[in-house]
Amino acid sequence: MSRHAAQLGKASSVSNASNVLDVRDGPVLSIEHLRVTFATDSGDVKAVDDVSLTVAAGEVVAIVGESGSGKTVTAKTILGLLPETAISSGAVLISGNNVITVTPAHLRQIRGQEVAMVFQEASTALNPVFTVGWQIAEGLRAHAPHGKRVSRKEARARAIEALSKVGIPDPQKRVDYYPHQFSGGQKQRVVIAAALALNPGLIVADEPTTALDVTVQAEILELLRDCRDIFGTSIVLITHNMGVVADLADRVVVMYQGDVVEEAEVATLFATPQQEYTKKLLAAVPRLGRNSASAGLTERAHQEAEVLVEAKDLVIEYPGRLGSPGFRAVDRVNFTISAGEVSGMVGESGSGKTTIGRAIAGLNRTTGGSLRVLGYEMLNFKERTFRPLRKDIGFVFQDPAASFNPQLTIGECVAEPIVIHEQRSPAEVDKRVAELLEAVQLPRAYAERYPHELSGGQRQRASLARALALNPKLLIADEPTSALDVSVQAKVLELFKEIQAEFGFAALFISHDLAVVDILSQWVGVLYKGQLVEQGIGSQVMGSPTHDYTKRLIASLPVPDPAEQAKRREAHQALLRG
Amino acid sequence: MARKNQTLAQRLPILSHLRKSVGLQRGMLVTGLIITAIFLLTAALAPVIAPYGFAQHFDTQQPPSSAHLWGTTAGGYDVLSRVVWGTQTAVLVIVIAVVLSIFLGVALGLLSGYLGGWLDRVLVVIADAIYAFPTLLLAIVMSIAISHGRSDLWSGIFSAAISITVVFIPQYFRVIRAETIRLKAEPFVESAMVVGASSVRIMARHIYKNATRTLPLIFTLNASEAILTLAGLGFLGFGIEPTSAAEWGYDLNKALSDTTAGIWWTGVFPGAAIVLTVLGLTLVGESMNDLNDPRLRGRRRAGKSAPPAPIGPAGMGAVGTRGAGTSTVGISNTEDEVKV
Repeated sequence: MSRHAAQLGKASSVSNASNVLDVRDGPVLSIEHLRVTFATDSGDVKAVDDVSLTVAAGEVVAIVGESGSGKTVTAKTILGLLPETAISSGAVLISGNNVITVTPAHLRQIRGQEVAMVFQEASTALNPVFTVGWQIAEGLRAHAPHGKRVSRKEARARAIEALSKVGIPDPQKRVDYYPHQFSGGQKQRVVIAAALALNPGLIVADEPTTALDVTVQAEILELLRDCRDIFGTSIVLITHNMGVVADLADRVVVMYQGDVVEEAEVATLFATPQQEYTKKLLAAVPRLGRNSASAGLTERAHQEAEVLVEAKDLVIEYPGRLGSPGFRAVDRVNFTISAGEVSGMVGESGSGKTTIGRAIAGLNRTTGGSLRVLGYEMLNFKERTFRPLRKDIGFVFQDPAASFNPQLTIGECVAEPIVIHEQRSPAEVDKRVAELLEAVQLPRAYAERYPHELSGGQRQRASLARALALNPKLLIADEPTSALDVSVQAKVLELFKEIQAEFGFAALFISHDLAVVDILSQWVGVLYKGQLVEQGIGSQVMGSPTHDYTKRLIASLPVPDPAEQAKRREAHQALLRG
Repeated sequence: MARKNQTLAQRLPILSHLRKSVGLQRGMLVTGLIITAIFLLTAALAPVIAPYGFAQHFDTQQPPSSAHLWGTTAGGYDVLSRVVWGTQTAVLVIVIAVVLSIFLGVALGLLSGYLGGWLDRVLVVIADAIYAFPTLLLAIVMSIAISHGRSDLWSGIFSAAISITVVFIPQYFRVIRAETIRLKAEPFVESAMVVGASSVRIMARHIYKNATRTLPLIFTLNASEAILTLAGLGFLGFGIEPTSAAEWGYDLNKALSDTTAGIWWTGVFPGAAIVLTVLGLTLVGESMNDLNDPRLRGRRRAGKSAPPAPIGPAGMGAVGTRGAGTSTVGISNTEDEVKV
């Protein structure tokens, strides 16, 4: 199937290249039969296997795929950034030069001038000890004509120009700022400014918005679109987010396990995906309003049941440095969770959603107001008195890879709560572990395995099994699926839903992803800068938001449908202007 | 790829390192291992190898001959026998010093790192104070305090070992404390807290095993330092009586006056023994250090002969390799996912 798919991809790329209106001569980038192999401890691994694609001038080509699909390796090959352990064959042609075979000196010429890169984490892509102006000008200095130096004045002028291009306000002043003086979205703008400084024909953007909040993501996508429209820059967009693809891309290349599975115009791909894998991938993408847990609900459910968690004017502050005031992460928040109710908290980074979840589990101290968890007032929290209640609270962490002790088997990890809270014989414990693993659809034999031998989705299932080991009344899940690929995420969400229905525990789902929260929870709270700005029945909050922030949040969420996304984009801009 | 398929031998620290190594790194590791093996064998077989006892007297300052292969010293001892018996003393001191300091250092490090607060502050200040002291001076002070300078075999060995221990405890303490503080913030520790595990359980079951990963490395590096400290003590005259045990530092001290008289054999052999032993242990330690770090570890180029037996991604290795590694891990993961 893989060879077939690769040939199919090649054929369509040829036909597409001829359709596109060429501004310059020929494609900006053309990858032919690229193969990349890595040497690892467990032998050679083929990361990219016979990939061919072309990018025409002024075109945005998205390479989508899940982790391990080879999309990032392909992107790195374009700039010759592969580590020493990799060998590559085939050709990566950038305006006639084969990046794989050129000399290092020539490669340096190509980088920056012909092709530039935008990284995922802007905060790590910028050097903290230099001003942003210096870093933007670094490329100019590196590419100065032989024997000539770029004067300090000229470098500064061009850095200011680059900053104003990407919409940084007050560039004359901010050119002398250090990276930490910018917000996350502005840092990504600076990185894009550095990429644009030499006016390259091609920008490779590797997950440029993954580390950003949705509202900021919308701005960065807008900026990248402007780069293409105004400067005619071609963009290779590496992403796993189908919404981003629908928003920005002209053409889409779908990769799976090192192969190109399908390649098509963006509208065609979303409307009529040809390959089975693409269809599955698109179906797995969560969409707001589809599959909502609260569809048809008009009244808050479970209100007659016992109230498990009740927050009244809850305040959580982190102590500041000596002399400076503390940081208020949660500011006078009121909410309740009743037995059997599935509640959701959405918010962007820094909104306090994780802090609330951790406070309920006794991992953070509350500093004001009242938070009662299973009748226990968390304001006078003492680990010793709270410990007996812990068996009624399950917690699922964000990163399944880090939340298991690497030295213990999955069985031992799942059994731990049972061993701590109940006196049971080893045989009984083993039996219970097997039951739990079966409940989360993992084979019993996995109890013998170590965490690193499981995939991300499997680990998150095991993590759920551990949280459910004592039949808790309340489950807190902090971004349970954000570290997972979409197709895995879909399966895990489904499992959550089934198990909740079966066990009937109350749950608090914390996520930045509106669509995920909508799928799982009937009652949704929206947090913004520590305040609960809106709460209500999921479908109502998502469908007709009342608070300005919620409106903005929902409008900036890209939907995986190019036609609808184009409409939403206009509406979003109208909202920002209005 | 399952870890259980690997035998215990393949997971032992040094053997697993040997399998991972290639090229120059492998050469260094093998050289170090050979030297260390010779050192340990000599110590074990000293009664068989040594032609005479370490305290036997002969004619003084005889050049190498068939009766005394490496000659005799000013005190009338056989140099070869002294060097061979000296390995035993060295091994004993290393083992006692390292065992004493590992237990105390690890225990204190875990407590200090996990509990924090005033206990942590006090222990860190003490460790820093000991660190600020010149190690040899401290060892001398300890040696005087314990045995008033010099003594017989066991009290001599213990005083040397304990004085080294005092210097080493802060090292283990610091490493384990730093690891504990790092691990304390790991989600798996929080995940244990959330299910209600007690502090003792978290320290013993979750942190201890993960924090002691680097111990074999510090062990080898400290072993070489222990030999140097022991030799330094002996050289300065705070070592073990020549009649109670053979000790290289003491022999070097006595050889000092011989050098001007052109008597080279009394100094060269014990000196070479110290240098070689330290070199061997350091080579092992340093190569382990490099091999533990995926960024420093050399790999064979892709496409060349595959390793003899495929090793599953060992816990740390798989986590550590970023960029290139993550994609490969991803691939094996998706395969897993498909199988289910």
